[in-house]
Amino acid sequence: MADFLEIGGVRLKNRLFLGTGKFPDRSVIPRVIEAAENEVITVALRRVDIGGKEKNILDYIPKTNILLPNTSGARNSEEAVRIARLARESGCGNWVKIEVISDNKYLLPDNYETVKATEILAKEGFVVLPYMSPDLMVAKALVEAGAAAVMPLGAPIGTNRGLKTKELVRILIDEIKLPIVVDAGIGKPSEAAEAMEMGAAAVLVNTAIATAGDSVDMAEAFNLAVKAGRKAFLSGTGAVNEYAEASSPLTGFLNSF
Amino acid sequence: MSFYQQYSKYKNLPFDEMWAKVTASRVERVLQKTSLNEDDLLALLSPAAGEYLEEMAQKSHRLTVQHFGKVIQLYTPMYLANYCENECLYCGFNLKNRIRRNKLTLEEVEAEAQAIAETGLRHLLILTGEARNSTPVSYIRDCVEVLRRYFTAISIEIYPLTQEEYGELIAAGADGLTIYQETYNEELYDQLHLRGPKKDYRFRLEAPERAGEAKMRAINVGPLLGLDDWRRDAFFAGLHAAYLQERFLEAEVSVSLPRMRPHAGGYQPSHLVNDRELVQVMTALRLFMPRLGITMSTRENANLRDNLIRLGVTKMSAGVSTSVGGHSQEEAGEGQFEISDQRSVEEMREALRWLGYQPILKDWQNI
Repeated sequence: MADFLEIGGVRLKNRLFLGTGKFPDRSVIPRVIEAAENEVITVALRRVDIGGKEKNILDYIPKTNILLPNTSGARNSEEAVRIARLARESGCGNWVKIEVISDNKYLLPDNYETVKATEILAKEGFVVLPYMSPDLMVAKALVEAGAAAVMPLGAPIGTNRGLKTKELVRILIDEIKLPIVVDAGIGKPSEAAEAMEMGAAAVLVNTAIATAGDSVDMAEAFNLAVKAGRKAFLSGTGAVNEYAEASSPLTGFLNSF
Repeated sequence: MSFYQQYSKYKNLPFDEMWAKVTASRVERVLQKTSLNEDDLLALLSPAAGEYLEEMAQKSHRLTVQHFGKVIQLYTPMYLANYCENECLYCGFNLKNRIRRNKLTLEEVEAEAQAIAETGLRHLLILTGEARNSTPVSYIRDCVEVLRRYFTAISIEIYPLTQEEYGELIAAGADGLTIYQETYNEELYDQLHLRGPKKDYRFRLEAPERAGEAKMRAINVGPLLGLDDWRRDAFFAGLHAAYLQERFLEAEVSVSLPRMRPHAGGYQPSHLVNDRELVQVMTALRLFMPRLGITMSTRENANLRDNLIRLGVTKMSAGVSTSVGGHSQEEAGEGQFEISDQRSVEEMREALRWLGYQPILKDWQNI
């Protein structure tokens, strides 16, 4: 049976979402997309010069990709809502990644404002993917608010620290019916695989690919890791034992009577 | 607690003694840390840390790429007027200097805006001297209203305002404040500013706080390196930036590190800051605040700027004129200071690409 990820009524084959920030040269982005077999790609609307004469970031993204404009730079729900509407009006489609950050020190998302923005935008017909600090009650509120997926962070944005919030993300995966997309913090393909093995629906990777020595090769590496992790999850990984299992059981003699 | 109170707690510390006591092993320990405090910043500004420039530079480069990517945001200044009521010993706009004084009309502002917008830039910094009569807040507000049709982000570098006045300019469309304390040394500040409203040290020092209270999105502070001992001014600039970031978590906080340049007044700086020292200041601040914006102006020459890009810079000016009307008028007056890097926006973009960096013309949209 084919394995699809369905978000907002769209069936996705690829579970590696990409970001477009931090690339030294934007012209590499098409090759990164190709190497990642990417379908969903996020773009900071703050950096798109709509109506400008300059070639903008959207010109580097194939029309076949699903654009996920993000509200980076928004400090509260009102700003996020305005950015999302602007994105839709400028022809970026109706998907939006809500990113509300009122803390420039750690760049941690403001869950409360995120829920508010999600509720408003979902009602307006957006496919809303909120970026959040993993918290079960907030995730439930996001489901109520009409989110299409939930995107908990693995570690603070740009840190490449890996899946530090693993236990909290695991609870979201177990309890939330929506797809859980691990966003931010994933620094290595092995960490992406780890998230997928746990049952994450997808991962979003930007910094680790954009700042790699070779972004195209790194995109391919992530693509393979995400596929491997997904396949492992679907095949059911063996139970992890606390102790080595002796090949000659100590209680074997009980059966011989 | 205002930053003035924090400054007052620190100002009489025996800095020279403290710096002399910093050992090589202390510097090495700081270089291993991921989260630095004020003592660590002090250590990185010490003479001992001057021997670790390469290590500091490597770490600064790593942190900058991690948090910002190989990306430089470009902007340009637009001088609206050069009337000034201040007598500051080191400045070309000093009231006593016999330069042609000028103020752009709104039509001229629009012509300047068109000329700059043609280059593709979407971030603008507008400047005036300090003259509330010739360039009142209402004039600056009118200019901002014209400019917001051409630019997505507008910063102001003008005289310090009250919180209400900052609120007025924010409502008109300004979203960034740049204000330099020049020197954090209160006594020296008094000696350098002979006459005029700028003599009020505290009103200027607390201006960024008032702007923050008014919800200014971006706040850029800094010392004019060369006026006082650079280690001290760099230390206080770091404290100031950290104070602002703590108090206004939503704000994007940056520092500029301008060094004194030759200008019409002929005042010569008493503490020349050489390139090694400038690198020490920049990298120390990056290690202290990994997400801090660092602005590098065209006071520095092209070659040095190109080399500093990898050490922590996140914003640079390009296509600069420091004269009123310098972008669109054939006979613009004297500039505030001499420019060392004369490159146009297009040349700057080309240079960045060649260095493996992405030039960013738009990084924010005031909505």
